[in-house]
Amino acid sequence: MKNTIAERILDFLKDYPPFNLLPKSTLLEIAKNVEIHYFEKDQIIFSQNDNPHKHFYIVYEGAIRLYRFGADKKHVIDICDEGDLFGLRPLIMKENYLMGAAANEESILYGIPIDLFNDIILNYPKVSQFLIASFATNTRDPFSDKHKGKLFANIKAIKKPETNFIEAQSAKYTRNPITCSSDITVQEAALTMTKNIINSIVVTDNKIPIGIITDKDMRTKIGTGLYKITDTAGDIMTKPVITFPENITVAEAQIARLKHKVSHLCITKDGTNTSELVGILSEHDLNLIQGNNPLLLIKEIKNAKDAETLKFIRSKAADLTKGYIEQEIPIYFVTKVISEINTAITKRAIELSINEIGSKPPVNYSWFAVGSQGRQEQLLMTDQDNALVFENVKEEQYDSVKAYFLKLATKVTEKLNIVGFDYCPANIMASNPKWCLSIDQWKQQFKEWIKDPIPEKILLSIIFFDFELIHGNQKLYDEMARSVLKFIKKNQIILSFLGKATLDNPPPLGFFKQFLVEQDGENKDNFDIKSRAIRPLVDAARIFSLYHGLQINNTIARFEKLMEVEPQNKDLFESCSNAFKILLTFRTSQGLANNDTGRYVDINSLSKADRLKLKSCFNPIKNVQEAIKLRFKTTQIG
Amino acid sequence: MLGFFKKKKYPQFWKNHIKKVSESIKYSNFENIRFVALDTETTGFDYDNDRILCIGAVAIKNNKILVSDSFEVYIKQDVFNKETVKIHGIRKNGNEIKVSEEEGLIKFLEYLDDAIIVAHHTKFDISMINEGLKRLNVGPLKSKQLDTNYIHKKIASEHRFKKLFSLDELCTIYNIKMHDRHTASGDALLTAYLFLKLTNKFKKNNALNLNDLIKTNYYLNK
Repeated sequence: MKNTIAERILDFLKDYPPFNLLPKSTLLEIAKNVEIHYFEKDQIIFSQNDNPHKHFYIVYEGAIRLYRFGADKKHVIDICDEGDLFGLRPLIMKENYLMGAAANEESILYGIPIDLFNDIILNYPKVSQFLIASFATNTRDPFSDKHKGKLFANIKAIKKPETNFIEAQSAKYTRNPITCSSDITVQEAALTMTKNIINSIVVTDNKIPIGIITDKDMRTKIGTGLYKITDTAGDIMTKPVITFPENITVAEAQIARLKHKVSHLCITKDGTNTSELVGILSEHDLNLIQGNNPLLLIKEIKNAKDAETLKFIRSKAADLTKGYIEQEIPIYFVTKVISEINTAITKRAIELSINEIGSKPPVNYSWFAVGSQGRQEQLLMTDQDNALVFENVKEEQYDSVKAYFLKLATKVTEKLNIVGFDYCPANIMASNPKWCLSIDQWKQQFKEWIKDPIPEKILLSIIFFDFELIHGNQKLYDEMARSVLKFIKKNQIILSFLGKATLDNPPPLGFFKQFLVEQDGENKDNFDIKSRAIRPLVDAARIFSLYHGLQINNTIARFEKLMEVEPQNKDLFESCSNAFKILLTFRTSQGLANNDTGRYVDINSLSKADRLKLKSCFNPIKNVQEAIKLRFKTTQIG
Repeated sequence: MLGFFKKKKYPQFWKNHIKKVSESIKYSNFENIRFVALDTETTGFDYDNDRILCIGAVAIKNNKILVSDSFEVYIKQDVFNKETVKIHGIRKNGNEIKVSEEEGLIKFLEYLDDAIIVAHHTKFDISMINEGLKRLNVGPLKSKQLDTNYIHKKIASEHRFKKLFSLDELCTIYNIKMHDRHTASGDALLTAYLFLKLTNKFKKNNALNLNDLIKTNYYLNK
């Protein structure tokens, strides 16, 4: 029966997460069971500690404030507006409401029955991932500690296994492939394939795959005149099909393809050839994964003969990043892989340059990356930031030694530029005589920065304190790193200055939770995700790890170590780490989509889901900045 | 005497309707009352010659609109008025699955149960339904009836007695997003929204009870 009202409800829901992730038929089922509530201004929807309702809510019209009673004060925690979801977590946790909800203005809410939704969480991993992302960033919530990790305890665990082996990952196949029945004509099948631009079509009988017609069949059976185009699909199809279950790994698929000498594998519900077809895995799908195998790329880098080859390989690494982001591979793993590739490219560029010069380096040296490369967080092509340290040499040797390394560095930076890493506009590169120094000179320089933290030196500290060995002598690098930590231990005031510098980037939410966007210039009305959201977290991680003398550069690794070092602030650092991962993923996918650095985000072009995701990352920023303010007494300096 | 014999001839669906309405015990407690917001699309405004094409309805209970408790039926009619097709978009041989007037009305009565009817310009919709029932030799509807127009007049003192409002106008006054006007179900939903807002306003000034609400309907309840 036609249900106009449910269709209206669906029309609304389909634009908002997580409902936008659901197929129409499922969504209609939800829409049919919605209860519509009306609340006048200040009317209470539920109170703190109330038993959970049978529904959770999405705001159709108006605004809802969420609040909590502290010692004796009421704190407003959030304002939900059109399309925002609330009151879900207690229902999943089967516990009382942790906060109250009241209408901030006249509001209409859609109540969605949790019974219906539990199944959806189980059946649609994307929905649960969305919910995990939106809940995960709230771990700062003082009430949440005891719930951590068991958000979905009463529902089957849904987290993606973190695996580092591409071969063990599930192969990405095409879902809902185009099918036809065996009694249509070859011509009709060919027309369908042409229309859908596909090179194969699965022949099914009541959703069970019974055969497959590929371009090859058209070539060998039709083109040769063996069959006519008026014959049926059943006549020319290749049968039986090779079937596999949904969780087929890349390795299994590769082996199966070789063994059966087929170009396509059918993915069925239970993996047998008598169950329903759910997808198709083609040679093309597999090559895509295989060709982008990072191990293979690194091998190619090692054999590259010139910068142009390196550039080509790096562009393949960009495809790899894109694939990873699309497949929702954990960002920490993605950064590791890409960093490995970037490191390999730099190494190769150094080796090639040494060969060009024609003489080995006169003394030990190490090449290091600073800034985001030093933190191994660079997923997109950005500027190069690097520096070089060489062994102490006798005064009379100094000039010639330095001249050699400057020549080397110039060649390396040229090559990196060809690969696609632009020259650093601030000239923070090893080819700059200022950043190509002996170990004693470096130590002296660090000492000066730390003792006399004037603004420009603070800026340099921020860049150079994240430095990672890329190539060369490990001892030199370790010695430098230790000297920095030693100086800081003696002069803790530097941390207050670093703290103050980062607090100049306040949390990016304005009054009424509006995004703060750029006021003027080329990027007017855009949100600067790098300096407003990512940098404050990077800064915070750096300050706290310098404080604890941790010799770690990666922001995620820093936060994870900090969770161990300061168990009392575990929640805080965990929420920061989660927020950072989300932001970095976001920036990367934006950058890949727009083919830029992903730094500026057009807020208006964001989907509601992305906006919510971003917003959820801002609380941790606020909290960690509070912590910096208190710990490092930033208010007491200038 | 005559009434007694006539009663005997009533078909079962009508006997059920009378029984449900007269025996309902829900009317005493506002939270328990099932209201049904409804709207009809017709071939025109003439009670004698025009016919119902569609009935859309949705239930309201305890201040909630229950989408799961909604009703929509398209009715096959010989009467056709191409002028009103422009308004409601229901063509004579449209895609909707249509049933006979008898089947449609019986289904509607089943759905209606003992609910109190809420509509906008209720008299029109009810009269159209009653004309249909008359053709089945039953009727008129026994259900209690409310009209959003009159509830509004009662609480909006400054407008009282001044004029009757269209559904559009009331939606504007009460700040209700109008989506698709002129489908029976769409208008029924708007009416339901309106009813929620009105009863909330009404509750503020008077402790809400059904008698007060019914009293707003001086026009329908003679």
